Amino acid sequence: MILKLATKNILGAGLRTWLNIFILSLSYFVIIALQGFYVGWQDDAAREMKNWNLAGGQYWQETYDPYDPFTLENSHSIIPEELQKKIDSGEAISILFAPATIYPDGRMRNIVLKGIDPNQSLIELPTKYLVNSNNEINCIIGSGFADNLNIKQGDYIVLRWRDKNGTYDARDIKVSHIFSTTVITVESNQVWISLPILQEMLDLPNEATIITIKDEMFDQEITGWQYKNLDILLIDLTNMIKAKTIGSSIMYILMLFLAMLAIFDTQVLAIFRRRKEIGTMMAMGMTRPKIIQLFTLEGILHAILAIFMGAVYGIPLLNHFQKVGMQIGMDAKEWGLSGLDDALYPVYGWKLVLGTIVLVLITITVVSFLPTRKIAKLKPTDALRGKMTK
Amino acid sequence: MVLIKINEMFKSYPIGKGKFTALKNIDLKFEKGEFTGIVGPSGSGKTTLLNIIGSLDVQTEGKVEVMGNEVKSLSAKQSSRLRSEHIGFIFQTYNLLPVYTVYENVEFPLILLGMSAVERKKAVSDALKWVGLTDKIKSRPAQLSGGECQRVAIARAIVKKPSLVLADEPTANLDAENSHHILKTMKKLNEELGTTFIFSTHDAKVISYLKRKITLVDGKVANDEIINGG
Repeated sequence: MILKLATKNILGAGLRTWLNIFILSLSYFVIIALQGFYVGWQDDAAREMKNWNLAGGQYWQETYDPYDPFTLENSHSIIPEELQKKIDSGEAISILFAPATIYPDGRMRNIVLKGIDPNQSLIELPTKYLVNSNNEINCIIGSGFADNLNIKQGDYIVLRWRDKNGTYDARDIKVSHIFSTTVITVESNQVWISLPILQEMLDLPNEATIITIKDEMFDQEITGWQYKNLDILLIDLTNMIKAKTIGSSIMYILMLFLAMLAIFDTQVLAIFRRRKEIGTMMAMGMTRPKIIQLFTLEGILHAILAIFMGAVYGIPLLNHFQKVGMQIGMDAKEWGLSGLDDALYPVYGWKLVLGTIVLVLITITVVSFLPTRKIAKLKPTDALRGKMTK
Repeated sequence: MVLIKINEMFKSYPIGKGKFTALKNIDLKFEKGEFTGIVGPSGSGKTTLLNIIGSLDVQTEGKVEVMGNEVKSLSAKQSSRLRSEHIGFIFQTYNLLPVYTVYENVEFPLILLGMSAVERKKAVSDALKWVGLTDKIKSRPAQLSGGECQRVAIARAIVKKPSLVLADEPTANLDAENSHHILKTMKKLNEELGTTFIFSTHDAKVISYLKRKITLVDGKVANDEIINGG
């Protein structure tokens, strides 16, 4: 009964109803669209980082700390047997890190020298360009780093390093390829060379700093090595996106506030404008709780109808965004945003859509109910005379 | 059969630090089937008396019994139930629900009673026949004249066949022709259905239809007489 009456009341209110519904639908749309972009960014970035760097997880030599460059020199150990088996079967790759210095155009630049198997296919890094020819040492570097140092493909740069005994040595190395990636963690201040060559240069045969593995489920405990699963390896990205999401929540709150305001205003106005109607309903025997239910339901119905209106224009628009993406209009790497391409492709999961709907519905229910508490205080005789009871 | 019993009833409203007494020492009885008018000048307490009888308000002192229910002791839910089941209201300004059609307005009290759709349809169509508005069932109040609106209000008041109809200045906003038409309709309902009608009015046209006239002056019953042959 209440539902039927509420439907009649809100549809009977005409343009005012449709305006409120439109504003509410806009809230659904903007919240879903914004959150979709963040989910899309996270998915894209995580995928790119997995493809270019992390694969299914990593074992770190126990002293290795990416945030402490002084640990680099000693962060290496003999590759354990269990992991060597994985490497031999192509299910893992070993990477050796060493601090070094390069001198492009006579300038000095400290870098991390990374050795990797040129024949690996576990990550997308184009290591095939590391295969040696003419007794030269080939290296690959990222395009951002190359631009920064004004290095071009085919250039020779002087590389200086220190072996395990502390002896310095230097040699010209050839930039055999400049790769383009969105993943900063494989290109920033990094020079990649062949692993056997680096092991020989450092006098560290069969040693590595990290072992990247293919299988996400392989998390066997190995003495002297720490296993890092993808959740840990992606924590920085997750935290950064979380921080950005909090920043975007201003827009989120603004849209929700707009929706709340639309309904709150409608409810307050309705109770004030329809007090005679409320008095008439009381005179006819409708109880106050039923009238409160009726007005609250009218507010909720706005939010429900807004779902349908939002679906009418929102689904095609959100699909369009998903296909063409949103151009960022800047070099994401300059902003320190790893794994981010030129365009953002949003992802709308059912959790996001359902979550937004539930959130807006709960908010609107509360906001619809609050002004109706005035009805509980309203005397029928005052209401019939169009007065509000103080 | 006594429908309403009022004994030594007072009704006061606080005004600033003092109080205003709208009804003073009222003693009245209303029998089933009466067609009674409460007359008097503006501010004499007519509407207040009707509101208390209709359990929309409560007395300050004294006792008011409506169909065996002591008005003051009723909870909000119980008084709502009393109004829903036994009392119909007719207002000076019609008080029709603006977004509903004529049919829906008349149907509204039956929905509150929880009647089935089939029963509602029959009752609404009977009520609209009574007031001669069967051709306007799909119209909205804004599309009707004042007389038609008041006829819808009457249909809404009588559709549930209440024992008592309280009409507050039902003809005040109507021209002479419409007033007579409305009064004749109510008189017919009173005679054929036995419904008790209590009006508040200061309209001379209404008085000519009454069987009993109660005159209120300054909140007191100044006169209570059987008229027009009772």
